Amino acid sequence: MTMMVAGPAVRHSFAVRIGPVGFRVGSDWRTPIAALETLYADYPAPADDVPDFSVRLFARRPWRRFVRPAVMIGGDYVLPEAAPLPLAQGLLAAEMGMNLQMALGQRRYLLLHASAVERDGRALLMTGMSGAGKSTLAALLGRRGWRLMGDEFALIDPETGLVHAFPRLVSLKNAAIGVVERAIPDARFGPLMRATPKGDIRHLVPAAEAIARMEEPARPALILFPRYGFEPAERPVAPSEVFVRLTQASTNYTALGEPGFAALTRLVETLPARAIDYPDAESAIAQVERLWAAL
Amino acid sequence: MTGYARVPAAEIVSVALDDFTALYHRASGITHLVTSPVPELLDVLEEAPLGLGEIAARLAAVFEVEDEDALAVRLDELVAAGLVVRT
Amino acid sequence: MGRAVRYDGDLLARALRDPASTGSLDAGGWTALIGIARAEQLAGTLAHRLEGVAMPGAVARIMVDARASAAQGRIAALWEAEMARRVLAPLDCPVVLLKGTAFAAAGLSAGVGRSIGDLDILVPRDRIDAVEAALLGAGWEWVKPDPYDDAYYRRWMHELPPLIHRERDRMIDVHHTILPLTARITPDAAALIADSVALGNGLRMLSPADMLVHAAAHLFADGDLAGGMRNLWDIHCLIEQFGTDGLAERASHHGLEAEVHRAARLAHALYDTAIPEAWRTRHRADALYRRRLTARDGWGRPTRPLLRQGFYLRSHWLRMPPAMLARHLWTKWRKGYRPV
Repeated sequence: MTMMVAGPAVRHSFAVRIGPVGFRVGSDWRTPIAALETLYADYPAPADDVPDFSVRLFARRPWRRFVRPAVMIGGDYVLPEAAPLPLAQGLLAAEMGMNLQMALGQRRYLLLHASAVERDGRALLMTGMSGAGKSTLAALLGRRGWRLMGDEFALIDPETGLVHAFPRLVSLKNAAIGVVERAIPDARFGPLMRATPKGDIRHLVPAAEAIARMEEPARPALILFPRYGFEPAERPVAPSEVFVRLTQASTNYTALGEPGFAALTRLVETLPARAIDYPDAESAIAQVERLWAAL
Repeated sequence: MTGYARVPAAEIVSVALDDFTALYHRASGITHLVTSPVPELLDVLEEAPLGLGEIAARLAAVFEVEDEDALAVRLDELVAAGLVVRT
Repeated sequence: MGRAVRYDGDLLARALRDPASTGSLDAGGWTALIGIARAEQLAGTLAHRLEGVAMPGAVARIMVDARASAAQGRIAALWEAEMARRVLAPLDCPVVLLKGTAFAAAGLSAGVGRSIGDLDILVPRDRIDAVEAALLGAGWEWVKPDPYDDAYYRRWMHELPPLIHRERDRMIDVHHTILPLTARITPDAAALIADSVALGNGLRMLSPADMLVHAAAHLFADGDLAGGMRNLWDIHCLIEQFGTDGLAERASHHGLEAEVHRAARLAHALYDTAIPEAWRTRHRADALYRRRLTARDGWGRPTRPLLRQGFYLRSHWLRMPPAMLARHLWTKWRKGYRPV
């Protein structure tokens, strides 16, 4: 192969498969890679050792590796305005980089910004605004008789209509950190990162079953639009509202074209949908179980 | 005289959701979420241009057409969306 | 070897010119190839070139996705051209599609799998105000009202400041020639339009020779070689499809003979393009151009910063007289913009 490449090689790298999607992360620093190696220790390598997406964590200028190190997020797909993070938040930078590749580059599955849990081969999807508690609910349900399929993205296969798991590290924010730490004291957590652009962040390693069974897709059976901080309530959601909300919750709906339209209208036509308000996690879990039992 | 023609029917995939209908337009890759009278309007239009009076007359069989100016406004919206071509 | 292998853009060039050569790639090689192709906006092109070639399952899935993505991009690009056609039809003025949209609309091999960004059209200079007014009246608006950029565009560039459609979120660049008015070379814009070819849908494309001249002008005179591997692939496909008969004369008519010859030599070097024997002369600078064109590592990162900076300054030098260049760069730098 041709030589004479200027610039240093990628210093540290890590590869992983999350559900059906392979990633590699290259970094100018060791610490984010070490954190990924620890937290993703039980995950497999990318299929055929060829990742779907590459993420790069790099210093804007060579000396910024050492002086006030700031982590720039790059990769196959980038947003020009993505601001750097301090090195102490390098793990967050890696996770954001992987999410960005999915949001901008995923073309195989209709990507829904939703959490998903499975029971008896059927999947519950939960989507809503940031702070609606979909990550927290998915994490808690994942330890109470459900299999966690993912807290951030649900992948709908346009050919089969099945949802594929994407059980990356669960990203807990602010008050949710304490809620989950108390509810699942024996779980494995990443480092607590304070005062990130998204507030305090701590990553939770999904339960062993979620990782072991991450290649099993499931048939979507119910979609919920949770809203945290209100008295318990629930209402059915009209198909057209579900349609609009799901297009808004998808970063690649437009890019997929007709297969995306077919996948989305199929979900809307076949899935019961409910908006639920809840004051606390326990109340939400009771609502979920009741709705699920009534299916 | 201004005439209005619809794009070929095969270019549009239509899924009725409730009061709304989702239209996927194959030639543009754009999804339109529409409500009455758009589906009815597209139904009465043809690939050959029709005049406003003829469209109003055909539509009258489905529901009341209050005035042709309002109809022209709806049609022009569909022109802007690319689903109808004005000649 | 294995770990120690260092890749650059030649990996991609080799896969494009000889798809079967990918048979020797290991997982790391495939990964680098995909990363470089994405960085050079050639993933869809590569995926089409490699159709039918044996590859690992994970790579095959990535290639299917890249082809689907290019197909959807093509739909959006052609629709944008159609919407512009509908708006400009009443003006009764020739509208010539340029670059990717033209290749796709005409079904040229250069358009197969190609990513297409903005819609570029060429119209006669004396109709540009009417075209601008028609677009502004049909949902297009200025991208960014920046007084410096706007004055710069209107005074010196070969196009209107970019417009974006407020509903569809797509950009259109309206050109009246193919090089900035500041460039020392001034192509014959009237001849570009006079000799353009009807596409059958009311729109037009440049004649094959002019498409090649434009692609070469775009590669060298009107850019810093950024994205050069894709431009050069366009040139490769156009030469393979239309040959080089009459090309030198046409290039010379536009004052772009040197650029067309260099583009042809580089296409031959990178992609094995069939060019006349007499054109295969040796030029010292070609090696530098080639190294600049392929300056990517296996993570898709830009490499060879010294070459990049050199070509950036050079490309502005070509477009603007020196005093104007200094003013332009100063204004850009003050606003925090840096090349590289």
